[in-house]
This record gives sequence, structure tokens and C-alpha cells, in this order.
Amino acid sequence: MSATPTLWNITRRSLAKDLRLEWRSKDAINSMLFFALLVVVIFSFGFDPTAEESRRIAGGLLWVAVLFATVVALNQTWTRELRNQVLDAYRLSPAPPQALFLSKTIGNFLFVAILEVLMVPLFVVFYNLRSVGPVWQLLVVALLATWALVVNGTFFAALSIRTRSREIMLPLILFPISIPALLAMVDATTSILTGDNSPYFWMRLLAVYDVVFTAVSLLLFEPVLNAE
Amino acid sequence: MDPSVTDTIAAQPAVELHDVARHFGRFAALRGITADFASGRLHVLLGENGAGKSTLLRVMAGLLAPTRGTVRVLGADVQREVATRFGYMGHAPLLYDELSAMENLAYFAALYGIHDDARCAEAIRMVGLEPSLERRVGQYSQGMRQRISLARAIVHQPELLFLDEPFSNVDVGSARQMTTLLADMRDAGTTIFVVTHQAALMESVADECMVLEAGRMVAREKGIPSRMLSPYAMETGR
Repeated sequence: MSATPTLWNITRRSLAKDLRLEWRSKDAINSMLFFALLVVVIFSFGFDPTAEESRRIAGGLLWVAVLFATVVALNQTWTRELRNQVLDAYRLSPAPPQALFLSKTIGNFLFVAILEVLMVPLFVVFYNLRSVGPVWQLLVVALLATWALVVNGTFFAALSIRTRSREIMLPLILFPISIPALLAMVDATTSILTGDNSPYFWMRLLAVYDVVFTAVSLLLFEPVLNAE
Repeated sequence: MDPSVTDTIAAQPAVELHDVARHFGRFAALRGITADFASGRLHVLLGENGAGKSTLLRVMAGLLAPTRGTVRVLGADVQREVATRFGYMGHAPLLYDELSAMENLAYFAALYGIHDDARCAEAIRMVGLEPSLERRVGQYSQGMRQRISLARAIVHQPELLFLDEPFSNVDVGSARQMTTLLADMRDAGTTIFVVTHQAALMESVADECMVLEAGRMVAREKGIPSRMLSPYAMETGR
């Protein structure tokens, strides 16, 4: 029956639709996995670190691999909305624009989380990793860092969607703005793996970054969606 | 309802355009169109390729902002305010290739707050297709995609409908079936705008036609006069 389309309802329906589309096409997850796997394997051939060195560099390697793989998924996310101009159908509807942004962000978060779950065991094996600090802290960092990457990435991917060379535009815009988050996630991860420093400062920084960029992206998404 | 209120609603044009222009860079797709379009009528927009028909439809639907001039749709200056009351079918099908017809319609209906599979199934039947088809839309023929696209545009039962080339790639029988559906909707009070090159298909049902040329409205007639059929008529089997 007809009812006002609410933010939560549309977010839920759009997320379900995106998961179904990805399940059927596997566009994002396959390209992400392939790319991330290549990075892990090539880096492991390039370096032959000791266990101590591994703990120092693994944070950087892991998050750079995730960042690059995320960009691949982000491009796919909006490309499928451009096929058949489906985005126009959304723009014409009374559905809240923010619901589309949230569903895409949550969807990307799930895809990247799946990637991380598959990649971390590979990192442990290839780099002989053992964490000195508590593992639960790594989980919190992973959640905060993944959200930081996808919330920004989803917003800037939408911004670059209508540009001719969006595959190049997205990293050009996204990487500079992600530097504070990247620093925080790498330093937090390294601090936990080595046990040398407290990771809490970096974790708080990531949390603030997440809140600020989520709020700003939600506020600015409507004009981005309706840009011609 | 007070009869005077009813009269006012009936008298209000569905779409009012005042000096509407739309430029793409230095190219003027629309050049100062002023016109009112009555409610409950079937309006046909004719013209050669590049005349500005699709641009005008996109401006009326709110997908493009006019460079100059004002557009009022169903009494509102901002189309989003009346988004639940109009439907749009574009050149592209505006459908997800990886979903079935029912999955597509259920999603787009949900965007209008409709969570009723029966209504989606009814919309698919109205365009002459079977809702139980499980094939993905990407595997449909062009004509079938056009019809599902029409079903998507009418699933929320709009009172105003914008249709851009609804008969392209549709076989003659199906096109006639779609024309009958549009006439029935018009008779039930829906205002319909159709951009088409197949004027002959609309001859028996159109209330008026407008001809666009280089972004200007150069003619406006009741029905579709026979002299307007020949330049735009395509192979319809008539």
C-alpha cells in the first residue's frame, strides 16, 4: 500500500537491491579481490621481512591495498546506476536522496569488510604476522577505517560520476582527502601490532573523521545527485 | 468537494511553460517556449531529431533545469513537490538489467512508498506482459524493455505522464496495445505527453499536437492533422 517513503525504508530497499545486483553480477567483489590479492602477493615477493619488520610495515601495506581495492568497487557502485540511466528514475521519485547515499555506503562497507575478512588471513600467512596488542582493538580500527574509506569514497565517486574520466578523477579527489584517515588507520594498526604505543589517539581521530565526513556527505549529497 | 474548487482544479493547466529556454554550452536546445497544457488531455510532441522534444520533456519532468524561464507542473514550481503525481519514461529504459520485471517494479514502487506486489503485477499486465516472467530485464527484447519501462512509469498511478519515444523498437501490435492503454488512461483523467516520430500511431487518440523545430514551438493543432502525419509517419503497417 502507498505510504510516505521514509529514509530507513528506502535505505533498506536500496541496500537489498544493491546486494542482489552484486550477488548476480559480482562486478565489485571480483575486481576488488583480484586487485587486493595481486597487491599482497607482489608485495610479499618484493620484501622478505622478519616478524618484527612485518609488524611495522603490515599496517601500511594492508590499508594501502584496501584503499586501492576500494576505489575499484566504488567506481562499480555508481556505474551500474548510470547504465540505462536508472539514476534518473531515482531522481524523479519522492525518495530521500540521502537514502541512496546511505544504502550505497553501507553496501560498499559490506563489500570492503568481506574483502578484509578474506585478505587478513593471507597477510598473516605471507608476512608471518603476530599481534603484540589485543586483537579486539584491530577489529575496532578495521570498522572505523573501513567506514572512513567508504563514506568518503561513495560521496566522491558520486561527485565524479558524470565526468568523462571518472576512473582517474576519483583517486585524484579521494586520496588527498583520505590522507588524515589513512595516517590514523596505519598508525593505529601499527601501534596495536607492535604494542609500542597506545592506538587510542588514532582511533579517536578515525571516529571524529567518520562522524564529520558522514554528516557532511549526507548534507551535500542532494545537490550532487541532482547535478546535471 | 465544493463545485467551484472542482472547477478550479479542472481549469488549472497540468503544465505551464513561460519563456522556457535551455542551453547546452553555446547550443540552444529550447528557445523561449511559452505554452499552457490542459489537464486530462493527450498531448503529442512532434519534430525532427534535435528539435528539442526530449529536452522539453526532461525540463518539464524536472530532470533538467531551464536556463531561462519558468516551469509549473501540477501547480508546483518545483517538480519534486509533486513527484508522487507524475511519471516519466525516457529514451533509456531506466531499469536494472540484472533484475526481473517484478523485482524492478517492486523496487521503483517502493521509492513511491508502495509496497504492494499486486499493483506491480497489474502494471506489468497493463502493458501486455506476464508478471511471472523470471528472466532478467537484460535478456528481454528492446520492445519488451520499453513496455516494462512504461509499467515502471505508471506503477504509482500518476495523474501526469511524460513519455519519450514509447513506441521505439516496439512491434506494431504491441504499439497499438500501448496506444489503447494510453487512451484509456487519458479517459480516466490522466494528462499524457508523448514524444514520438510515429505520429500515425497517435492519430486516433491525440487531443492535440505540437511541432518543435530548432527549439521553438512552430505549430500547435487539435488532434493530429493528416498533413502532419507524412513527415513523421514511420512504418506502422497502416
